[in-house]
Amino acid sequence: MRPTALAPLILATALTAGSLAACDSGSGGDRDTVKVAYNRSTDNKVRFKDDFLESVKRQFEQDHPGKKIKLVPIQAPDNDYATKAQQMMRSAKTAPDLVYEDTFRINSDIKAGYLSPLDDRLASWDSWSRFVPTAKAAARAEDGKTYGVPDGTDTRGLWFNKQILTRAGLPADWQPRNWADILTAARTIKAKVPGVIPLNVLTGKAVGEAAVMQGFEMLLYGTGENPLYDPAAKKWITGSQGFQDALAFVRTVYGEKLGPDVSDALDPNVNTRVATEWLPEGKLAIALDGSWLGQFWGPRGAKEWPQWPTALGRAAMPTQDSRAPGRVSLSGGWTWAIPRKAGNPELAWEFLKAMQTPANAVRWDVADAQIAVRDDVAKDPAYLKSMPGIDFFTGLVQYTHYRPALPVYPQVSSAIGEAMEAVTTGDSSPRQAARSYDEQLRTIAEGAVAAR
Amino acid sequence: MRARPVRWLPLAPATLLLLLFLAGPIGYCVWISFTDMQLTGSSGTSFVGFANFRRAFADPGFRNAVWLTVVFTVLSSIVGQNTLGLALAALMRRASRPVRTLTGTLVIAAWVLPEIVAAFLLYAFFRREGTLNAILHWLHLPTQNWLFGLPVLAVSFANVWRGTAFSMLIYSAALAEIPQEITEAAEVDGASGPRRLWHITLPMIRRSIGTNLMLNTLQTLSVFGLIWAMTRGGPGRRSQTLPVFMYDQAFLKSLLGYGTAVALLLLLVGALFSVVYLRLMRVEV
Repeated sequence: MRPTALAPLILATALTAGSLAACDSGSGGDRDTVKVAYNRSTDNKVRFKDDFLESVKRQFEQDHPGKKIKLVPIQAPDNDYATKAQQMMRSAKTAPDLVYEDTFRINSDIKAGYLSPLDDRLASWDSWSRFVPTAKAAARAEDGKTYGVPDGTDTRGLWFNKQILTRAGLPADWQPRNWADILTAARTIKAKVPGVIPLNVLTGKAVGEAAVMQGFEMLLYGTGENPLYDPAAKKWITGSQGFQDALAFVRTVYGEKLGPDVSDALDPNVNTRVATEWLPEGKLAIALDGSWLGQFWGPRGAKEWPQWPTALGRAAMPTQDSRAPGRVSLSGGWTWAIPRKAGNPELAWEFLKAMQTPANAVRWDVADAQIAVRDDVAKDPAYLKSMPGIDFFTGLVQYTHYRPALPVYPQVSSAIGEAMEAVTTGDSSPRQAARSYDEQLRTIAEGAVAAR
Repeated sequence: MRARPVRWLPLAPATLLLLLFLAGPIGYCVWISFTDMQLTGSSGTSFVGFANFRRAFADPGFRNAVWLTVVFTVLSSIVGQNTLGLALAALMRRASRPVRTLTGTLVIAAWVLPEIVAAFLLYAFFRREGTLNAILHWLHLPTQNWLFGLPVLAVSFANVWRGTAFSMLIYSAALAEIPQEITEAAEVDGASGPRRLWHITLPMIRRSIGTNLMLNTLQTLSVFGLIWAMTRGGPGRRSQTLPVFMYDQAFLKSLLGYGTAVALLLLLVGALFSVVYLRLMRVEV
């Protein structure tokens, strides 16, 4: 044999040995360990979830000698987190035992067969009766079974810097009644208080569902009944004026430079910047944003800001032209679910219950500034006193909308993100972007669409 | 030749491995590209024939990605890395030893850096408050929002910055192979520098040019991390090359089948380039 022929042979043998060795290093089989996958904030200073999970892990390991909790943080923007979690759940080798799922994706993952139903377990769990019906529905699939336990929800509205508004000659208790009021205020601020960003509306593909729900749908749901999906006809809506109007609003904000610089607006980390830079540093006048922002400014937050309760005001997001009920909000939230291929579902369920003892549920909702989904938590004094404005955002629950909980929703959301980005950069007019959305929607919904 | 089964024996493990780890996944990919497999949202997978391919050709996003991929490849690989690599290699032959070592180290350092690290470095260089604009500002030159205004140019430059070392090494080796006496003879005959380059150097390293172009192009066609970290294919779709488009469809839109079909089409683009280069190399002097 020539000496050169030897090299590939050795290499091949080495590779075989290596790959065979890799095969048995899978960790799926350990009966005493629960692998918990969750999304860690991309801001390294934000560690509420990690802290909370660490503490429950310690409690749990103390109460269950010999059992181990392995936290698997995935530090990524939400879109990438979901992709990673889905890939993990595809195989028994990598599937976690417990996974944190955004309610807007859970139906899609249920349909894909990644999750196992929890009904039998829920039936014998007395805390389940404490959950409010809308929250229970969040993780219920088309087959009527429930696949996840929600740990809180959220609402959305307008946050504003009272000082900047006063300097622009606007009232400190500003309450816009329609879209025009918001744009007028933003234009006034732009003219009278130079150097600040008048209004932030999250937009674009990179920001993902945060932009679609918090930016676009907060507008869209103010344009009429069921503007995205008609549940009675089971059809998605194409060609609506409301859709174009909402895009036109976004176009106005960025076209007239009432918002942040477009390149900042399209940065995937813009929502963190709003909370930790622009608002606390007085660079942003009005933010269309979520109920949880206060979590960033507390003593353990990413950006300590003791003055925020007096510095910021809150207003409900109005409908397009003041039509009833005059206010609009959207709600989401996250749930804990057990993957179908989990190696250790029993123990995972025990850990889930440990996270949802009344004391831990309160602690979590307070730490993460969640709106409670359990009546016992909602009544808890610690929760009610946890954050200024929590009563305001809890009050928005009566006006809130939930996104169509359907398996294709994440794809619809992605298409909306593209339409938003196209009008934000000015690549398309609202009309063109809406038309291209309609085309995508027909494919995604496989023809289940209705024109309006 | 008579078949001697024994002779195949040493090759068997390698053949097996190739089938298992190379042909296997490729075959699986080809199969996926003919199905409607999704990452989430549907449990069943069914055969859909050429639907994914038809969809790609009708998709303006795909056509946009093909065009951007060609622009990116031509700009960064064929024009940028290739010419710059040759120029560096030629200049370094004449340079003094310290200059040669320093240049070589710098260029190769960029090559050795992990892609994602290079991507973040260049992101920091090109971003609005980045180094490049700071320098331009200091020189009183107009600044630009590079990643937003000229994303393809920015990522192409990044790819040149990162990948030139490879061309430089290939060309250094090729130039060293040219017999000294041929160059000297040409010099004695009075051939000028450009003429020597055109009539002697380039023809003599033609095979290296072909190899280099082919490897460079294939590598550039599949660049993903660099673009993803710098621009995510944005703004809009203005720097969405095929690999980024594929990722977007397969993983963000969950359309594994469609994404894989796009990946196969990318393979086809690479194959086309390769055929051209192979022909270039085959022509005799």
